[in-house]
Amino acid sequence: MRAVCWQGKRQIEVRNVPDPEILNPRDAVIRVTRTAICGSDLHLYQGRIPTMRRGDVLGHEFMGEVIEVGAEAKHALSVGERIVVPFNIACGGCFFCEHELFSLCDNSNPNADMVEALYGDCPSGLFGYSHLFGGYAGGQAEYVRIPFADVGHLKVPDELDDEQALFLSDIFPTGFMAAEQAGISPGDTVAVWGCGPVGQFVIWSAYKLGAAKVIAIDRIGERLQMARERGGAETINYEATSVYDELREKTAGRGPDVCIDAVGGEAHGHSVDAWYDYAKEKLMLETDRAHVLRQILHCCRKGGRVSIPGVYGGFIDKFPLGMAFGKGLQFTMGQTHTHRYMKRLLQFVVDHEVDPSFVITHRLPLEEAPEAYRLFNDKKDDCIKVVLEP
Amino acid sequence: MEEQAKKIAASGKNPPSRGSFGRRHQPTGSQGQNVAQIEQWSSLALGGLLAFRGLRKGSLLSLAVGAGLLYRGTTGSCPLYERFGIDTRRESFGTGGRGHHASKSIHINRPPEQLYAFWRNLENLPRVMSHIESVTSLDDKRSLWVARVPFADTIEWEAEVTTERPNELIAWRSRPGSELDCEGAVRFRSPAFGEGTEVFVSMSYLPPGGTIAAKVLKMFRSGLQQQLQEDLRGFKQLMEAGERPRSDPEQSMQVLQ
Repeated sequence: MRAVCWQGKRQIEVRNVPDPEILNPRDAVIRVTRTAICGSDLHLYQGRIPTMRRGDVLGHEFMGEVIEVGAEAKHALSVGERIVVPFNIACGGCFFCEHELFSLCDNSNPNADMVEALYGDCPSGLFGYSHLFGGYAGGQAEYVRIPFADVGHLKVPDELDDEQALFLSDIFPTGFMAAEQAGISPGDTVAVWGCGPVGQFVIWSAYKLGAAKVIAIDRIGERLQMARERGGAETINYEATSVYDELREKTAGRGPDVCIDAVGGEAHGHSVDAWYDYAKEKLMLETDRAHVLRQILHCCRKGGRVSIPGVYGGFIDKFPLGMAFGKGLQFTMGQTHTHRYMKRLLQFVVDHEVDPSFVITHRLPLEEAPEAYRLFNDKKDDCIKVVLEP
Repeated sequence: MEEQAKKIAASGKNPPSRGSFGRRHQPTGSQGQNVAQIEQWSSLALGGLLAFRGLRKGSLLSLAVGAGLLYRGTTGSCPLYERFGIDTRRESFGTGGRGHHASKSIHINRPPEQLYAFWRNLENLPRVMSHIESVTSLDDKRSLWVARVPFADTIEWEAEVTTERPNELIAWRSRPGSELDCEGAVRFRSPAFGEGTEVFVSMSYLPPGGTIAAKVLKMFRSGLQQQLQEDLRGFKQLMEAGERPRSDPEQSMQVLQ
């Protein structure tokens, strides 16, 4: 089959690789009909995630048609069904799965000892996301094997087309969970850093959960425009103004009740601390740039809530914990428990409350994946979200 | 005379010294015998084999080592042990510093009954213990174990269940005269609060080749501990998920040109 392979830093190739097979009784194999490039794929693209090997198949946002089902998944899945697959792999039977903390599944990472050495614990395996997170082949390919497929799927109703369902695999639940975990209550003002696809879904979800006002922060014109026009957010271009002053102005001096970091460890900025991060990163003295996080602590109202869906991988420097302590902030973060949200969010799509495909700006054949990665990474051609067709 | 014999017996039952490593050899009375009986028998067997092979293939080394082992086996005394101050005859297995010991615990989100049932069918164990090739039940208590070991193909021994308390405890140890001296126990306990079972496993191995080999191998002790941890992880995966997760086989290695 054809598959998008990681060949090294900023090197993507579409290559012939062997077709996947059922390896375990709870596996299924699907023929991929649509797949997308996620912002977190760019961390791989830029070589920021260790334990990637030449030839690893990328992609964790995908959906398709079931073509083969293992013996122990047959009670839940049949050949021919159209499913969308959560990006994390979860067994459904461990303590964490039973508590709906699917991204913390105990049993889905064959390389658990590697992560334990780093984190002291092991979160779930991930599709197409390095050997550290399980060495699973990704879904930017013609076919993909789905481990624990009996719990790791959502059937897509006929009335929805692929593009309406595809983002239930990751970014829609990720945006929603970030808003829900932040404990948004009706009337809250929510500030969102980052207007990429996840940020767009955070905006939608924050309003859904009762926010009175959402303020979105970015620097890229088309993303701010999408946040305004599709999301109904007020926007701040951080290159044009002081984020802190603007936020205080928009909240009568108090600061936002909830601040959401939909940027993660590759923050851009022009402040002193942002340049400090660039320098330390170049010297390999820190792995993540925490500029946005620092700004969030500074801007959030006292007693406010900070939610972090943006991905951090390692260490950050100059984290002003004293500021967070002094302001009595609360934090929530982590990989999305995708399985927990898929059904609920599907209902919003079926009920026409949202059509998640609004974030798509580019549709390309799988064969053009190298170009797609480049566009998305360099934010060229007003690119916000790329969908690939195998 | 009788008194002296009592003393010897008493000294034999002395609490095993902590770490026999640095302990100076004290004469045990029986003409410098310092090799445990089990080891003595294995020395005889291995020595005979090596000597035979040495003769047949004309290998002086095999012959010499074989002869040494035969001496050790027949007399029960070992000059090397003497030199290092080792006396395996005086040490009771499993409590001293000899051999490999590993113990680990893990929480498994399943009731004790299910875990006990899996473990009590010893033939299941190769599915979770990476170094065990097979376990065959001989009767209700006895079983034949085959393991893969470093520097040899396989090694086998007969073990018996020494204690069992349904849903709580299984203990086993190798039968006297086995090629490998080992013992182990697994305990299952419901946590005071919350669901599932806390599983505690401890194991001891005294590898063939006796104490010197054991001491060399002791350097790899953390390896055994690590292995037990991975084995328990496998047990948990099998119990909670019904299968062990598998990466896509060397996906990166399989790229077709």
